[in-house]
Amino acid sequence: MGLELKNLYDNFRDGDTIKAYAKIIKEDAKKLKNPINIMEVCGGHTHTIMKYGIPQLLPQNIKFIHGPGCPVCIMPKERIDHAYVLSMQENVILVTLGDMIKVPGSNGSLQDARAKGADVRFVYSPMDCIKIANDNPDKTVIFFAIGFETTTPMTAVLLDTVIKKGISNILFHINHVTVPEAMRALIDSGDDNAKNNIDAFLGPSHVSVISGSKIYEEFPRDYNIPVVVAGFEPVDVMQSISMLVKQFIQNRCELEVEYKRLVNYDGNIKAQDLVQMYFQKASAFKWRGLGNIANSGLKLRNEYKEYDAESIFKNVLPLEEIQDHKLCICGDILRGMATPLECTIFGTACKPTSPIGSCMVSSEGACAAYYKYGNLI
Amino acid sequence: MNKNISLACGNGGEENNELTSKVFYKAFKNEILQRNEDAAIIHNGELAFSTDSFTVSPLFFSGADIGKLAICGTCNDLAMMGAQPKYLTCSVIIEEGFETSKLEKIVQSMKKELEVNGAIVVSGDTKVVPRGSVDKIFINTTGVGEVLKHGISSNNITEDDLIVVNRDIGCHGATIFVAREGIEMSSALESDCESLFPQVKALIDADIKITAMRDATRGGVSAVLNEWAKQSNICIEVDEDKIPVSDEVSGICEILGFEASTLANEGTFVLAIKKEDADKAVEILKTFANGSRATIIGKVTNIHLQKVILNSTWGTKRFLDTPSGELLPRIC
Repeated sequence: MGLELKNLYDNFRDGDTIKAYAKIIKEDAKKLKNPINIMEVCGGHTHTIMKYGIPQLLPQNIKFIHGPGCPVCIMPKERIDHAYVLSMQENVILVTLGDMIKVPGSNGSLQDARAKGADVRFVYSPMDCIKIANDNPDKTVIFFAIGFETTTPMTAVLLDTVIKKGISNILFHINHVTVPEAMRALIDSGDDNAKNNIDAFLGPSHVSVISGSKIYEEFPRDYNIPVVVAGFEPVDVMQSISMLVKQFIQNRCELEVEYKRLVNYDGNIKAQDLVQMYFQKASAFKWRGLGNIANSGLKLRNEYKEYDAESIFKNVLPLEEIQDHKLCICGDILRGMATPLECTIFGTACKPTSPIGSCMVSSEGACAAYYKYGNLI
Repeated sequence: MNKNISLACGNGGEENNELTSKVFYKAFKNEILQRNEDAAIIHNGELAFSTDSFTVSPLFFSGADIGKLAICGTCNDLAMMGAQPKYLTCSVIIEEGFETSKLEKIVQSMKKELEVNGAIVVSGDTKVVPRGSVDKIFINTTGVGEVLKHGISSNNITEDDLIVVNRDIGCHGATIFVAREGIEMSSALESDCESLFPQVKALIDADIKITAMRDATRGGVSAVLNEWAKQSNICIEVDEDKIPVSDEVSGICEILGFEASTLANEGTFVLAIKKEDADKAVEILKTFANGSRATIIGKVTNIHLQKVILNSTWGTKRFLDTPSGELLPRIC
């Protein structure tokens, strides 16, 4: 029998295995000196944790803090407004990934732009832009590129292909961000009055498939915060929590990899080289809810400026800063200082169908996951 | 309501419900409409009456085409009220330039599917509009059926009922999504598009105590269960591992980040059956060509009224929410 797709996930959703881990964690947790707050940095983990009801399986002294790792949620209104304006330009087809078309900017979302006549499309793979560009030679395709280390190589491959094939009607608006800078900023953001209490990290693992587990080495070493790079199935998450708990009771503080079936220390060197070739660090990127984080964004290298929609359309793109909604506490939620249930507009003014804050926008956002899956503990 | 109608307003989920209730129900309000059934029961309970419009891209897809869909859709709505589909109307809006041969192919599919239901088209209308005014062809069918079993209603489900599905779910939605432009995937999957009257008739003939039936079209099984929970003021608890999903559909869901229970179906229906008859109903449904995975998926309780709860095999619970937003593939 050959390998089937379901072999990749079925066993990692096995009820008995999950229950067995719940038992081990419960026993081990009795030996914890202090309660531990685990930040799952990645939105994919937030989704898994809520969808599979993982908090219901954990003892009182283990809590989750839902981190900022959802590429859609962290997109600030300024950038969405760029996409909106670009989509409204004549003879432009704006292409982006999935959920991004739902996020409201100051004038509305890309869905709203589409309803007003803009040609906005979503693709599953950025490479689909090539077909769109070929089918529409008299139009300019602008790829609104988003995502962490996981999706950046796809944008790099698209650009590489555009250059090598001499495709003249694809441009890029780059919004790629990197995870370690944000994790560092989150740790540093706490002070004595408002501590964020991150005791451990579940490390984003698809990021590590590309960048390797090495990118998290600094956290146990420099900040005394253990990291387990975890897969996205419920068994993965339970096993990773168990590994973290064991570190605490054995007084260890290390970087460990649970998601060994895909993650190694160095990551995908070829993808890293490609990213290196086309991108450089931007001085800062504004994260919705968190503000500017130094060195956390990427931009195209200067020699590829001719493909950069941000520079080509700079005369029409808005520059003014936009404040987050006054009542929205996404910033505090992302820093681990509040939960969605503490927000006064959660589920009332702010819902998945009419999101006000970033965390309600994508299904991977903490508020959207709370809203969708409920809190049935 | 948003200032403009978005695609999400047609998703069969939350935005769709808002649009119908705040615009149409508000204006047309009457006792029959407010019962919110798949088909209206009129004429002293003797007739079922329903309408549906069809737009699908691509027009021809694995397992069916827009013609078959247009007959199944309306006939299934009638069947869900325990009625035998009898008389249909057929209105088409065609874009200038559309190939006649394709139209003929579509109409042939309609004819074939009418025969399955024992129904006939008795009135019709054709409009041709300038290029760009519609996407190739839109079809509306309206149907009248004769009620064979009285009292079926989505408003009467109680804790005496069990929840059943007639087959594995999500095939139509997954097939259409894979076939659409911009998604470079191929699969052997076929739409479940099928007339449900034969299955309904078999249940009625066996005198099964049917409380409610609803075909799980847009919004999928998840939308039906949530509508029922609200309409009958009950809590529906579903065992996640009991929901039948084929390997193909669950694979597509994995890759794209969907849940099978929110995918559209065109030949899948959910039933609320009195406890004592549920096993028998499942046995009957299993005798049909695509029914091998017919099963009981859940029960009715009162722990969280108007909500649907999904129970995992490891003892956790979560809500199965009404789908919202446009169906969009995951990012990473």
